[in-house]
Amino acid sequence: MRKQASQLIVLLLSSLFSVMTLAAIDTFTFTDEDTQQRFRVLTEELRCPKCDGQSIAGSNAPIANDLRSLVYQKLENGETDQQIVDFMVDRYGEFVLYRPKTTGKTQWLWYGPIAFGAVGFLVLGVVVFRSRRQSDDDNDNELDESELNHVRQLLDGDDSTGRSS
Amino acid sequence: MRRVLLLLPLLVLMALGVLFFRGLSLDDSVPSALISKPFPAFSLPALEEPDTVLTEDILKGQISLVNVWGTWCPTCYAEHPYLVDLSKRGVVIFGMNYKDEDAKALNWLAELGSPYRINFVDADGRLGIDLGVRGAPETFLVDQHGVIRYKHEGDINERVWKDVFEPLLAELKKEGKS
Repeated sequence: MRKQASQLIVLLLSSLFSVMTLAAIDTFTFTDEDTQQRFRVLTEELRCPKCDGQSIAGSNAPIANDLRSLVYQKLENGETDQQIVDFMVDRYGEFVLYRPKTTGKTQWLWYGPIAFGAVGFLVLGVVVFRSRRQSDDDNDNELDESELNHVRQLLDGDDSTGRSS
Repeated sequence: MRRVLLLLPLLVLMALGVLFFRGLSLDDSVPSALISKPFPAFSLPALEEPDTVLTEDILKGQISLVNVWGTWCPTCYAEHPYLVDLSKRGVVIFGMNYKDEDAKALNWLAELGSPYRINFVDADGRLGIDLGVRGAPETFLVDQHGVIRYKHEGDINERVWKDVFEPLLAELKKEGKS
């Protein structure tokens, strides 16, 4: 009974904490659903300048907090997504974008992997094609009559392991 | 010919290895987006004289450093003596007290000495965002027209000063004369 009670207390406490962390992330009240959705997308796509691997939505660094509230203010002031993104890029450079624009140097980022894949498939294709043609030329996979006889003999003949029956 | 081709993957792998190994020791600071742009407009109280409002105009008329610092920042503490040293050598340094408390900042300056001509107080970090500040300390090199010419992330020390700032300063001074 006592054990159950303590378990209940732990459960209650932990649910309290999860509510608190939720509250720490989302303290903004939005005028409408649409704005809230745009906020979510924007903060996911803007990289926290201080912590390389996280978006400003995912980071609790002070700078990420500041930038989140700035994005919120700007949305509420009626700025477009593009205006907000441009604002960030002007200050922090392309670095803040998780999806960098396809210009200049970032073209390598966008098309590099595709090019690598294409080259890989090309090489693979050439290798496969060549090996096929070679084996066709050699006629190696077709058995002549004497070879076939040999195979039949092997198949019909008694198997010492007793698997023939 | 075919034999040579077989070596190709190994060669590519080795080249990548060299590239990645070099990446380990690369500087992870991000070049400022504000280089060659005027220092962002601001209107902030002076730390030393709370009634005085400072604007970006104080940065015009001389080559200066703008040092972003706070008492909460250990690296700022580490670089402080070197900044004091620089100011004694005649380098003009403005301070931007970033996300700090005035009392603590004043205390710090009273205890450690002030290398700053004057400090402007960016308590909420709004100017920091305009400057693209990622953390403290950061130091901007501002020319006589109030245009940002360089940003350094991390502490300033003898090595950084000799290798980075002195050549830039020499260039700026040459520009100013011609």
